Amino acid sequence: MSAATLAGLVGAALVGLGLYGLIVNPQPLRKILAFNLIGSGVFLIFGIVARRGASAGFPFDPVPQAMVITGIVVAFAASALGVALILRLHEETGAITLDLDASTRPPGEGARDT
Amino acid sequence: MSLLPVFDLGLAVLVLAVAGWTIAARELFSSVVGYVAYGLLLAIVWVRLYAPDVALTEAAIGSGVTGVLLVTSGARLRRAGEGEAVAPGLSQRALAASLAVLVAAALAAVVLLLPEPPPTLAPEARERLAATGLGNPVTAVLIAYRSFDTMLEKVVLLLAVVGVWSVAPDRFWGGAPAPLGRARPQGALLFLDQALVPLGILVGIHIFWVGADEPGGAFQGGAILAAMWMIVMIARLTGPPRIGARWLRLALIAGPAVFPAAGIAGLGMAGNFFAYPAGFAKPIILFIEAFMVLTIAVTLPMLVAGPPRGSPEP
Repeated sequence: MSAATLAGLVGAALVGLGLYGLIVNPQPLRKILAFNLIGSGVFLIFGIVARRGASAGFPFDPVPQAMVITGIVVAFAASALGVALILRLHEETGAITLDLDASTRPPGEGARDT
Repeated sequence: MSLLPVFDLGLAVLVLAVAGWTIAARELFSSVVGYVAYGLLLAIVWVRLYAPDVALTEAAIGSGVTGVLLVTSGARLRRAGEGEAVAPGLSQRALAASLAVLVAAALAAVVLLLPEPPPTLAPEARERLAATGLGNPVTAVLIAYRSFDTMLEKVVLLLAVVGVWSVAPDRFWGGAPAPLGRARPQGALLFLDQALVPLGILVGIHIFWVGADEPGGAFQGGAILAAMWMIVMIARLTGPPRIGARWLRLALIAGPAVFPAAGIAGLGMAGNFFAYPAGFAKPIILFIEAFMVLTIAVTLPMLVAGPPRGSPEP
């Protein structure tokens, strides 16, 4: 098996791991982290498309690689926006959960900091 | 050469193990530390895929800046008390696990059944490379062949900053975000700043400059400069700027503004939107990239710093 195929299989496994974490982990920050795992798995699969496209003297196809670079930056921007929303949610409700039942409960003492 | 397959296999196992740790770890902090290590390992995988440009971006942004973002926001949440989130039951976990295995298996099948011969745009990229004056085909794709994508990506970064700022309460609008580091500066951190920051700024500019011909470029150089500004803020040598500050606003829009300006100039000079006149392509590309570096170096720390938390009065 070539290094590229192996990396592609790792990418597939990373998407699976991330998906599991996204569903199972109750904390929103952990969900964002898991979502980033999914993202990097998808980038890796795209990366082997770039590697397989080697021709014309390049050991890779530069177009998918450039799109992955753009993708990494956009993924970070999305994570930052998600984190800001979580911090604001916590400020408003005192909860750090996306569980609707939990967030309608009165916040615990000291949790409200505004 | 015979050792390389063993190395690849070991690397793959290590990446998956660390990724599993970030999902399984009990504490958010240990999970984030695992994620940073994971990003660095992934950068090595990218090097093995002959993608040093992606490796640099993954190490700097995917692992480094995202790690800082999660650590600081985790600390902000912890300061306000731990959450009382309930983990799902065993049956739900089993269901999620089987769904995850199904998706991973489908993707693995796709990876194994990719079309032969593989589609590629590399010959086209090679053919026009001389006209751009660049030596790095990835930079050529980013700033010349698919410059429209890169311009829109700058706009996405700007929109993310606007989105982050807009979740602030009205009374803080125009103020400064909360400080990143601890209240009292620590000696080791100050020493690190004094030793690393001047060097890091040079490295960042160097990576941007050589990006035209070698691995590197505006994203990677900008991310290193952003990291330098962030460690200065974490040591409390300077606080995050007020979001109403004019220089900050100008730096944030420099990249997204210069890009379409160059595109329209191309319309006048070379007869097409984003066409670069022959012979002048490289200077124009470096000019656009310089503003991109500035914008990235300012945008990433502002995204990490979060919404304004202080009074708008200077």
